[in-house]
Amino acid sequence: MKIIVCVKQVPDSAAAMSVEDGKISWGDAPLVINPWDEYAVEAALRLTEAQGGDVIALSLGDENAKEAIKHALAMGCSEAILVNDPAMAGADTQAVARVLAAAIQKIGGADIVVFGKQAIDSDVGATPSMVARLLGWPAVTLVSEIVECTQSEIKASRAMEEGRQQVAAELPVVLSIVKDYGEPRYPSFMGIRKAARASVPEWTVADTGIDLPSAVVTWPNVMAPPEREVTNEIIEGSNPEEIAAKLADKIMEEKVL
Amino acid sequence: MANRVWAYVDQFKSQALLASWEVVFTGRKLADQLGSGLTVLVIGSHLDALAKAAIEYGADEVLLVDDPSLEDYRASPYAAALAGAVGENKLDIFLFPTTTRGREVAGMAAIDLNTGVLVDVTEIKLDGDKVTAIRPVYAGKLLSEVVCNAKPQLVTLRGRAFEKPVPDAGRTGTVTKLPTVMAEDEIKLKVTGYQAAEGGVSLTDASVIVSGGRGTSNNSAEPPAEITDESEKEIWKAQQGFILINDLASVLDGAVGASRAAVDAGYVPYVHQVGQTGKVVSPDLYIACGISGAIQHLAGMRSSKVIVAINKDPEAPIFKYARFGVVGDLYKILPPLTAAMKERLEK
Repeated sequence: MKIIVCVKQVPDSAAAMSVEDGKISWGDAPLVINPWDEYAVEAALRLTEAQGGDVIALSLGDENAKEAIKHALAMGCSEAILVNDPAMAGADTQAVARVLAAAIQKIGGADIVVFGKQAIDSDVGATPSMVARLLGWPAVTLVSEIVECTQSEIKASRAMEEGRQQVAAELPVVLSIVKDYGEPRYPSFMGIRKAARASVPEWTVADTGIDLPSAVVTWPNVMAPPEREVTNEIIEGSNPEEIAAKLADKIMEEKVL
Repeated sequence: MANRVWAYVDQFKSQALLASWEVVFTGRKLADQLGSGLTVLVIGSHLDALAKAAIEYGADEVLLVDDPSLEDYRASPYAAALAGAVGENKLDIFLFPTTTRGREVAGMAAIDLNTGVLVDVTEIKLDGDKVTAIRPVYAGKLLSEVVCNAKPQLVTLRGRAFEKPVPDAGRTGTVTKLPTVMAEDEIKLKVTGYQAAEGGVSLTDASVIVSGGRGTSNNSAEPPAEITDESEKEIWKAQQGFILINDLASVLDGAVGASRAAVDAGYVPYVHQVGQTGKVVSPDLYIACGISGAIQHLAGMRSSKVIVAINKDPEAPIFKYARFGVVGDLYKILPPLTAAMKERLEK
């Protein structure tokens, strides 16, 4: 079984974000693999462990994306490809999806393409469904459990508002994985060594066989959210009952219930 | 002439999600500003009642793709039905709710209609027929202004961020049924079942959330003797706190939330996680119990209208964001608070 897992590099979730001279800054916080993508790598690895086969990590980004790729390799992916094209700076989700879909075709397709649920930087969460649409494959997004997978079919549970939807889809298929799937493994010492030595081929957009897609969505301005004026009031009292009664009155006064 | 503003209604088992009516209601306002009518598209099965409701919330024209093969949501036939309904119509704006299905259908529509999508926006401004939207990025640590330079401009609206929809039973509109696009044997995915969510209000819809963090394990009660494993003991202790949190949430008709630390430690399942790698929420009232306020958690709840923090540590960062704070033990405060709220709400 051939599986491609798409990974992205993002600022660590603990980063305090700011805007300096119109540019997004994450200070000295490290860039890491998108936390959701670790679940995608885990799912891809478990599928090949059960079925046999290889996992290829695919990323689109600049030099920085190599850390995400190394992490995926250290977890156990057998090879990786980086699409690194300066012309993709400022690309929107559909442009990214078009390049990823082209790269997947260029790799020779796959039985399964796996994504994380969304990236924690842009929070768009549409890349998996767009790539599925471009490839013409079924999209099985928000997978919380893979019940069964054979060479021709996958059975999975999807996390939706109302609970879990159980589906069966023909391969090839695009999946996105949510945290319920199960904890991602830590890279092993051997894995880290292997990843450090791995050579990662770099492709331009032209190498994927398509013309550069133009960005349709642009973001003319990024800003810090308005400071919230919060008047802090500490509720005190001589015993918990008194504090609770005071707090209950204050909550009622806010008229939010 | 076709309408220039469209809205998509997300439904489950022929019931619309509330966010869908926010989308229709907002679509009505945008259509009025543009001097256009509003077309509402509903895809599914047994949709007649929804068509009527869509008109009450602001539709002039309702398009139904109503077929037994569309009873369960499946991305491909829904996306195909949407692309078929749009066809050659020239529209400016197409609004969707940011639900799991709405987000997915809108993404696929961007590919089919050769345009872009502005996802999970919290504000919309119109300049002529051009949308400028605001959307939170980095889980709300920053805001981004976004525009879509192709048409239709696809936009998914964050739930509870736009005006509360008010139906008007006196409105009139037309209902047109469209043929389904994909035959069953062309669809490579089958829905084999559902497992309903555990009871309780879902986090994203909740107007009140009571959340617990690591502090819930700070419990002086001793676990039953048969629990010997240290981490099992800790989980038992914390879960007693979540029972109190659940009691308060029930009285307030709210949902139960949790910090990532509480989820990672195994106190409660992931569906409850609020924050950058959980759900981003914005309820009217957020009560944080034993949550210190890590930056990832704050990002996920800081836009809540009123924040209440109960924490033993007076230095906890959460207090800076809290309208009301109690420096104290959640195990001592929560039971009388639940009783006091029950009394005041006459329950």
